[in-house]
Amino acid sequence: MPSYNRPGPGGISRRNALLGASAGIATLAMPRLGRAADDTIRIGFPTPLTGPFAAEARDQVKCAELAVKLVNDKGGIAGRKVELLVRDDKLNAGEAATRTLELIEKDKVHAVVGALSSAVQLAVNEVTRARGVIYVSISQSDTINEAKDFSKFTFHEALNPHMTTAAVARQTLKKGMKVAHLVADYAYGHEMLRGFKRAQAAIGADTVGEILHPFGAADYSTFMPRLMSLRPDVLCISNFGRDQANAIKQAVDFGIKQQMKIVVPVILHNQRLAVGPDVFEGVVGGANYYWGLETQNKTAAEFNAAFRAANGGAIPTDYGAYGYSGVGSLLMAMQAAGGTETDKVVAGLEALQYDLTKGPQHYRKCDHQSVQSVLVLESKKKSAMANDSDLFAIVASDPGADEMLRSCSELGHAT
Amino acid sequence: MDLSLIIMQLFSGIALGAVLVITALGLTIVFGMLGVVNFAHGALFMIGAYAGLYLASLTGSFWWGLLLAPLLVGAFGMLIERVLVRRLYGRSVDDPLLLTFGLSYILVEGVRIVFGSDGIPFPTPSQLIGVVDLGFGFFPKYRLFVIALVAVVLLALWLMLEKTRVGLIVRAGARDPQIMRVLGVDIGRVWLAIFGLGVGLAALGGVLAGPMRSVNPEMGTLVLAEAFVVTVIGGLGSIVGAVVAGLMVGVCISMVALFAPEMATIVMFALMAAVLLVRPQGLFGLKGRA
Amino acid sequence: MAMQSSGAAPALPQAQRVMAAIADHRVLVSLVALALLPWLLPSKALAVNVLIYGVVVMGYNLLFGYTGLLSFGHAAFFGTGAYLTGIAIGRFGLPWFAAVPLAIAASTVLAAAIGTISTRTRGIYFSMVTLALAQLVYYVALQASSWTGGENGLRGFTVDHVNLLGLQINFLDPVNKYYVLMAFAALAIWAQSRILNSPFGAVIEAIRENEQRARACGYDVERCKLIVFMLSGAISAIGGCMSALHLSIVPLDILHYQTSGMIVMMVLLGGARSFFGPFIGAAVFLILEDVVSIWTPHWQIVVGAIFVGFVLFLPKGIWGTLLDLLPAARERR
Repeated sequence: MPSYNRPGPGGISRRNALLGASAGIATLAMPRLGRAADDTIRIGFPTPLTGPFAAEARDQVKCAELAVKLVNDKGGIAGRKVELLVRDDKLNAGEAATRTLELIEKDKVHAVVGALSSAVQLAVNEVTRARGVIYVSISQSDTINEAKDFSKFTFHEALNPHMTTAAVARQTLKKGMKVAHLVADYAYGHEMLRGFKRAQAAIGADTVGEILHPFGAADYSTFMPRLMSLRPDVLCISNFGRDQANAIKQAVDFGIKQQMKIVVPVILHNQRLAVGPDVFEGVVGGANYYWGLETQNKTAAEFNAAFRAANGGAIPTDYGAYGYSGVGSLLMAMQAAGGTETDKVVAGLEALQYDLTKGPQHYRKCDHQSVQSVLVLESKKKSAMANDSDLFAIVASDPGADEMLRSCSELGHAT
Repeated sequence: MDLSLIIMQLFSGIALGAVLVITALGLTIVFGMLGVVNFAHGALFMIGAYAGLYLASLTGSFWWGLLLAPLLVGAFGMLIERVLVRRLYGRSVDDPLLLTFGLSYILVEGVRIVFGSDGIPFPTPSQLIGVVDLGFGFFPKYRLFVIALVAVVLLALWLMLEKTRVGLIVRAGARDPQIMRVLGVDIGRVWLAIFGLGVGLAALGGVLAGPMRSVNPEMGTLVLAEAFVVTVIGGLGSIVGAVVAGLMVGVCISMVALFAPEMATIVMFALMAAVLLVRPQGLFGLKGRA
Repeated sequence: MAMQSSGAAPALPQAQRVMAAIADHRVLVSLVALALLPWLLPSKALAVNVLIYGVVVMGYNLLFGYTGLLSFGHAAFFGTGAYLTGIAIGRFGLPWFAAVPLAIAASTVLAAAIGTISTRTRGIYFSMVTLALAQLVYYVALQASSWTGGENGLRGFTVDHVNLLGLQINFLDPVNKYYVLMAFAALAIWAQSRILNSPFGAVIEAIRENEQRARACGYDVERCKLIVFMLSGAISAIGGCMSALHLSIVPLDILHYQTSGMIVMMVLLGGARSFFGPFIGAAVFLILEDVVSIWTPHWQIVVGAIFVGFVLFLPKGIWGTLLDLLPAARERR
């Protein structure tokens, strides 16, 4: 770092003027920053270590580090070690954009994996695609698949609402059933609603009512009377995180479970822990991963074993698994490409067939969405739990297929 | 839309209003008597919820938690007044607001360190689980209890302020602290007690809210904004104002939820802007205060 | 070097003469310091953030430090500047040099609206009202998602090249970006200095010192408050435009009251009612946050504790306290 050169009162020191000017001229025409000629492969990992999803973020870091460790133990990629650079994005899109800029400009990362919320993923994406940096997003949202936010460097490893709502609907709705919706009024909520209604239409169930609630609302009591008056067979609650926990808790308080079945697009491991077995009992939702899959699936058993070995017997959670498969699939592609050259890695990812946590997965060409299986889980009642981690029963595991996703043309892509 | 739905909606509005009243009450009392805006009010509400949960699990009973948490957190509030806020009397009127703002950061992060960032379940007490058939609909027992308790607290507060000697001192102290000193009253003690009372009420709100929502370190943020809106509409410093405004806002949100539920939060702020245009000091606020 | 400065006045020590000279050339000194900043901080992105928040806080300081009005809703102007810049570039395809003035103008109109309502109140009410009105703006932005992107934030307006006087500058390069944005900051700093030096600048300080007396002297206090509110909003909006160009996104949180709170913290840390205070406060706050985040995820408790300490013991902030230690420089703030 240049030494601090104190200017005299009223004058710009000549040295710094020259420094600034030459730096400016030298970098004027370069559109892309050169990667440092360094041996280590660096992967940026922004995640919300502070904030309401700190627990999920920590799980993701542990799993991502496991993926890196397994590759390094086998000798790295073309002899080069991999390093994970974890940064706290504070669940804030502006903060995430700043952290990503630092990762790219200062730390010279070769790729970025991460993001939990939709806003953060889109912010990171905006920064990475302008600079031609590979980004593997592990946030569950539809928007990144669409043409507007797409870039050839961006890959979406996580599930999206379209896939989860379809899987859950198939397991819980029957022809002729009456369905009511409670939806958080923001993009993600609307994506989930859209997914549910589509699946419903295919099954032949009718919507008797849709109630939108303000995003982040703590009190749902004012929506309960109307929901109950609709007399549905199934209540689909399309929101996330704390909103979901609060909505379900209050619905149960009002006795809604006596009248109807509660169904959610994504049932979260940590929210279930936050609210307890009694409130969640009988709620059905989708998930990307559940440790209980180990009894049915060999890869899951291997993943769990590796995680247990590295983390003192703990089990990986749903969000944690994303950290593993996001980083893992990227590293596999780098292995195939023999290094970090962006175009080769992109080609590697597009051609990749991988099975890291639950079964075969691959990235669809037109929108880089990872085609994968979707689990449908039902929350167990307290007396049915074998131990503290035995939260859910696996109702179904829909194997991955291109038909699960919206068509390329619908998303605005050429292919 | 049948009548029973509308009545039911009105009723849930009143129940919601009761919660808003209890959270706004502490804020308005502290301002009215001390001229201090306690920006840490939301954080103390949250601490009340955690304290209630902790004490309930320690003693095995929700009721002990309900009784002891406000007392303990109120005492903590008195400590804050003595050690921190007291130094700022006589300085700019903005300083206590800034201090309590910084304090809220410390309190929220402190809770995260001790209890973690995850939500913790707050089980509803067994006696209050279930719904009651009110004729026009089913309503959770627990929420009825909340309405009743808030009414009792308001009554007790009114009795204390209007009928007891302590209440007389408090009201006089708010009007003219100088004369109180001349009359030999230790006004510092009065302020200490009032601050503790305000914080205790915030904590009580937290304990009551716990079984209805998930208990997490961020739960105070939205509550703070709601409390501000209610106190501003009612008039900073006016207890009657807080009650009327709380119920009004609760019913408003509830009725809007029937037609345009996604606008529920905006309505609250729009209402406040409307009141301010017509009556800048709030409905029951005194003109020219502060 | 002459030891007597003028007539019978006592000799001023070197330090005080330096301070006096700095105060006289405050715009230039600010620009020089800012030009050096990216080379002193660990990352360019951090330096740009200091620039951005420095400008926002400077605008806020006009209202809080100099006029004495503690607004808790300044995020509204910061955010509106950012959103409108993004919308103008992304949705209407305007070039940045047309988008920015448009955004500033619109934010000034918003400041006029919010100012009209809030200046009807005073003291604590004023703070509460500004907070609540700014939250209203937040919720409107959340709802109007087809314009603002709602919770996902605004995207799709990345500026990668800036055409300046025939020269095409690659805006993605961090060093280039810094100096281009510094030009915006220079404009804001110059505007601030002009306002403070003008008779209007004296009037707003008079209002802070004693509103009744200012009114008695014949000044239309309400109108002055509204004007300073608008100017303050306009300058903070410049910061917003810079933020939009820098991040290529506008996050919804930019409008939240916690951002307003951060602005207040920065001005207090640096020193309200001082020219350099805002940038110093922004730099200290952001560097602190950056550094502490590396040690512990619980950086908020450290920042909160430091802020409380300042409110209790150093209410004049870093620069204000520094100036207090030099008696002669105190008048030449």
